[in-house]
Amino acid sequence: MELNKNFILGVYSDPDQVVKAARHLLKSGVKIHEVYSPFPVHGIDDILGYTRSRLPVVAFLFGAAGTILALLMQFWMMGIDWPMIIGGKNFASLPPFIPVTFEFTVLLSALGMVGTFMIISDLKPYKKPRIFDIRITDDKHVIAIDLAANRLELKKIRSVLADTDAEEINEKNFE
Amino acid sequence: MEVISSVRPPLVTGGKTIADVSEDICKQVEAKPSKSWMMGMAISLTALAVGLYATIMLLWEGIGVWGLNKTVGWAWDITNFVWWVGIGHAGTLISAILLLFRQKWRMSINRAAEAMTIFAVICAAMFPGFHMGRLWLGFYWALPLPNTFGSLWVNFNSPLLWDVFAISTYFTVSLVFWYIGLIPDFATIRDRAKNKISKIIYGALSFGWDGAARTWQRYESVALILAGLATPLVLSVHTIVSFDFATSVIPGWHTTIFPPYFVAGAIFSGFAMVMTLMLVARHVMGLKDYITVYHIEMMNTIILVTGSIVGIAYLTEYFIAWYSGVPAEQYAFYNRATGPYWWAYWTMMTCNVVSPQLFWFKKIRTSIIASFILSIVVNIGMWFERFVIIVTSLHRDYLPSSWAMFYPTFYDVGEFLFSLGFFFTSFLLFAKFFPVVNIAEVKSILKSTVSDKKSLK
Repeated sequence: MELNKNFILGVYSDPDQVVKAARHLLKSGVKIHEVYSPFPVHGIDDILGYTRSRLPVVAFLFGAAGTILALLMQFWMMGIDWPMIIGGKNFASLPPFIPVTFEFTVLLSALGMVGTFMIISDLKPYKKPRIFDIRITDDKHVIAIDLAANRLELKKIRSVLADTDAEEINEKNFE
Repeated sequence: MEVISSVRPPLVTGGKTIADVSEDICKQVEAKPSKSWMMGMAISLTALAVGLYATIMLLWEGIGVWGLNKTVGWAWDITNFVWWVGIGHAGTLISAILLLFRQKWRMSINRAAEAMTIFAVICAAMFPGFHMGRLWLGFYWALPLPNTFGSLWVNFNSPLLWDVFAISTYFTVSLVFWYIGLIPDFATIRDRAKNKISKIIYGALSFGWDGAARTWQRYESVALILAGLATPLVLSVHTIVSFDFATSVIPGWHTTIFPPYFVAGAIFSGFAMVMTLMLVARHVMGLKDYITVYHIEMMNTIILVTGSIVGIAYLTEYFIAWYSGVPAEQYAFYNRATGPYWWAYWTMMTCNVVSPQLFWFKKIRTSIIASFILSIVVNIGMWFERFVIIVTSLHRDYLPSSWAMFYPTFYDVGEFLFSLGFFFTSFLLFAKFFPVVNIAEVKSILKSTVSDKKSLK
C-alpha cells in the first residue's frame, strides 16, 4: 500500500475527547497521520509530538534585518550620499532615525514571519486542500490514520478507535 | 475538564452550539442582501458619488479650491486625516492588546473592528495624498526611491516622512493580521458553499486551509507574535502623527504631552466608531447572542477610561501653558476657549469630556440607545478636537496683520463626504461578503463560556 492514500478517520465533537482519543491511540501503538479541527485544540500538539514552532525566531531574524537595513539606508542617504544642512543640525544622527527604523523593523518582521508561515504550511490561493471530512471546518474534529504507515491491521485500528468513543469511524481514500 | 465561571457573564448567549456559530455567521454571507443592507449601500454610494465629484474637481483644479489661505495652511484635510487615523486605532488595539491581555470578550468584535481599521486607514491616507496637490506623484516623492534629482533623498529628519512609514507599516501589518484571521473562516464558507462561483472564490481566499493540528499550532504562534508586534505599532502610529504637530514651533502644537494624549484620543474615537458600527450590525444581522450587553459594557468602560485621559490631557495643556510663562503659548490656549472658534472648542469639551462621564452610570453603560448616541457624540467631539488643535493654533499667526479665519468650501466638505462614503461602502461590502465575527475563535471559547451547558452535547 502506498503512503498518504488510504485513511481511517475517527470523528469527534468534543475537543477534550480528541485529546483523550489521540493519547489512547498512540498508547495502543497506532500512528496518527494528523488531527484536523475547526479551531485550535490546546494540548494536541504535545501529544502528537510537535515541537514548539520556531516562527518567533524567524520573526526576530527578519526584524533584526529590518533594523539594520533601515539604519544603513538612513545613515548612507543622509550622511554619505547627499548630506544636507537641515536646521543647522548634524547630517546624520541617530534620534530622528528611530521612528523609521522602528516601523521598518516591525514591517519586515511581520511580513517575513507571515511569509514563512505561508510557505512552510503550504498555504496558497491555488492550493486544493485534501478534505478528509467536510465538517472539519464546521464542528467536527477528525483524527486521520494513514493505513500504509501503520503495521497494525485495519480491524485492530478500528477496534482501538471504537474504544475512544469516536462518534463515527470512516474510511477515506484519495486518488 | 470543564470550567464555567460563575463570576463572569457568558460571552456567547442563547445556548449556541458550535454548528450554530458557523450557521449564524455564514448565513449572512450566503443569503441575498437584505433590504436594510441595500438602503445602507444606496446612502453610502450617494455620499461616495457626491464626494467623487468634489475629488475629481479637486484633482483637476488643485487644492486652491479649498478654503485654505496663507495663514491657515492646514485645516479640514489634515483634521480628517488625523480623525480617520484615530478611528483606525481600535481594530488592531482590540485584536492585539486585548489578545496579549487574554481578554476573551474581544473575540466577537475583533473581526469587524479590524476591517474598520483597514478602511479607516485607507481613508486617512487619502488626505495627505490630496494635500500634496499631485496625488499621482505623491507615492514617488514620499518614498526613498532613486530619482533624477541627483538622487536627492527624502528627509529622514521630518516627522511627515515618519508618518509615511508609520501609516504604511500600520496598514500592511493590520491587513496581514486581519487576513490571517480570516483564512480559517473562509475555509468554513468554502466547505459550506453550494454554488460553483463561491466555491472557487472562497477556495482561493482560504488558501487551501485544512485545519491540521500542525498548522493551527503555527497559526497561533503567528497570531501571538503579530499581536506582540502590532501592540507597539499601534502606539507608535498615533505618536508619530502627533509628532507632525509636536515637533513644530507653533504655540498650541509644541507640547510634549501630544503623543500619549493623541494615542488616548485615538483609542477613544476608535472604540466609539466600533460601537456605532457594531450596534448597527448587531441589530441588522441578528448578532445579539454574540455581541452581548456585556461586550457593550466593556467597550463603554474603555471609552470612559480613555475619555477621562483625554479630559485630563486638555486640562494639563492649560496648566502647562500657564506654568510655562510663555505669553504666545498662553494666548494660544486663551484664544482656543474664548476666540472666534470658541464654539468648536466648547463642542469638543462637551462631547469628549462631559458626555463620556455619563458612562459612570451602569444604566447608561448597558443601554443600547444611549451607547449608540454617545458613540456618535464622541466621534463628533474627536473631529472637533483635531479641528481645534489645527485651525485655532494656526489662525492667529505671529503677526497680527496676517491673522485670518478659515471657512470651509464645498470641496472641503466634499472630500470628507468622499471618505465617509468610501468607508461605509467598504464596510457594507465587508459585512455582506466576509464573516463579520471570527468564527474559529468564537468556537474555541464556546465550551468555557456558553450559558447553557446542555447545548454542548
